[in-house]
Amino acid sequence: MRRLLDADDVARMLRRLAHEIVEGAGGAYDLVLLGIPSRGVPLAERLADAIGGIEGTVPPVGGLDVTLYRDDLDRRGPLPLGATEVPVDVADRTVVLVDDVLYTGRTIRAALDAVSALGRPARVRLAVLVDRGHRELPIRADHVGKNLPTAPGERVVVRVDEVDGVDEVVVEPAP
Amino acid sequence: MTAATAPTVSAPAPLTDLVAIRDLDRAQVDDLLAVAAELLPIARRERATVPTLRGRIVCNLFLEDSTRTRLSFDLAAKRLSADVVAFTAEGSSVSKGESLLDTAQTLMALGVDLVVLRTSSAGAPVQLARQLDIPVLNAGDGWHQHPTQALLDAFTLLQHRPILEGARILIVGDVLHSRVARSDVELFRLLGADVTLVAPPTLLPTDVSAWGVTTTADLDGVLPDLDVVYVLRLQKERMHRAFLPPTGEYAATWGIGPARLASMRPDALLMHPGPVNRGVELSSAALEDPRCLVQEQVTNGIAVRMACLYRLLAGPRSEAAREVTV
Repeated sequence: MRRLLDADDVARMLRRLAHEIVEGAGGAYDLVLLGIPSRGVPLAERLADAIGGIEGTVPPVGGLDVTLYRDDLDRRGPLPLGATEVPVDVADRTVVLVDDVLYTGRTIRAALDAVSALGRPARVRLAVLVDRGHRELPIRADHVGKNLPTAPGERVVVRVDEVDGVDEVVVEPAP
Repeated sequence: MTAATAPTVSAPAPLTDLVAIRDLDRAQVDDLLAVAAELLPIARRERATVPTLRGRIVCNLFLEDSTRTRLSFDLAAKRLSADVVAFTAEGSSVSKGESLLDTAQTLMALGVDLVVLRTSSAGAPVQLARQLDIPVLNAGDGWHQHPTQALLDAFTLLQHRPILEGARILIVGDVLHSRVARSDVELFRLLGADVTLVAPPTLLPTDVSAWGVTTTADLDGVLPDLDVVYVLRLQKERMHRAFLPPTGEYAATWGIGPARLASMRPDALLMHPGPVNRGVELSSAALEDPRCLVQEQVTNGIAVRMACLYRLLAGPRSEAAREVTV
């Protein structure tokens, strides 16, 4: 196991991501941040707080579970459903999807379907804490905390205080 | 690794069929109800379907009359993007003498992924589940079981009170002929409720002492203490005349009307599985009472049936089903 990022690193990355999101969207006025459960949700909340610190307005935050939109349910066991709670109408807003790790891109593909089932946003952006590569679909993130080159068999584990009691990013070797 | 790397939700045992409430453990029930809660808002979305079961085929095999339950299962499957085929007794090979098993095997050979079975033969879904490799979902079998009704009843109650532990629930009416009563009693007890049955003596099953419930004939005596009053439908089609007094007398003795509404607690809840014989089990005043949850039960039924279909179908396909469909 390699610990690549600690709590200070994570905090710095989130501050920078918050600035990038505001800059990319030209302000915070039409933003809504949707975290993908489970760790995307607390990350989205922290980003929203940081954006509030920059812009004076905390954008609305929600959770978007994508399980029902996955294309690999028949390859996996029964999956639990996370909560979908979207506090505002996404129509004509800038939706920022927030996830901990970007890997194959399949979760994000499902998330795009899940968002469009709720309404038609003006634009959708993607912010991730870690991009570990190995995409299987033509998907990229707009805002990346850290690019971590990894081998396919390795596991990248993001832990967040709200879920795991600690902020850190570790890489576990291939079994 | 010491710290957990995944959410520490203990996964419930996978469902292979849903035939009777007694086949479920508490973790499976909690999981189905939690899934239903996440699925409920889909109906209110701009696009009211999810693609989860795209390409799966659900067969509604309804060998007994039912409009509402079939509609509910139909909508549940469609909201999950499954394809639905209907198979009814009239005009089918069943009326030509084909056995249920032969019919079901034909459906499997046609590539059906799940059978929803409604039948007047108690126990038929159990038999079918044993013999088929695809999931069987019991939509009501004779006097025996109606598990999705019990799940939607529990789901509806839990929307109004966070736990059922210790809740005092009365089931009133034709218990003898009621698969709803059998499923509800099992599920309410599993969730920790105290269940009392009140019925005309001729409409109580002879084995009721083994159900773990209290029985009484004194409806008006217990009514003011109850958290939930669950009124069963008078199953006219399942009984011969000798069981019962005329319906006017039934309403006076066992129905819920203005006087009994007044003696119920203000925060009590009133339920009925539908369809209601208006003026018999429930008066018009009862149906309009804010404590009456009949419409919520209907709405919630779709989400609960979606949860059952999701848990039975969204996962690796069985080898048998794959062989047939490839």
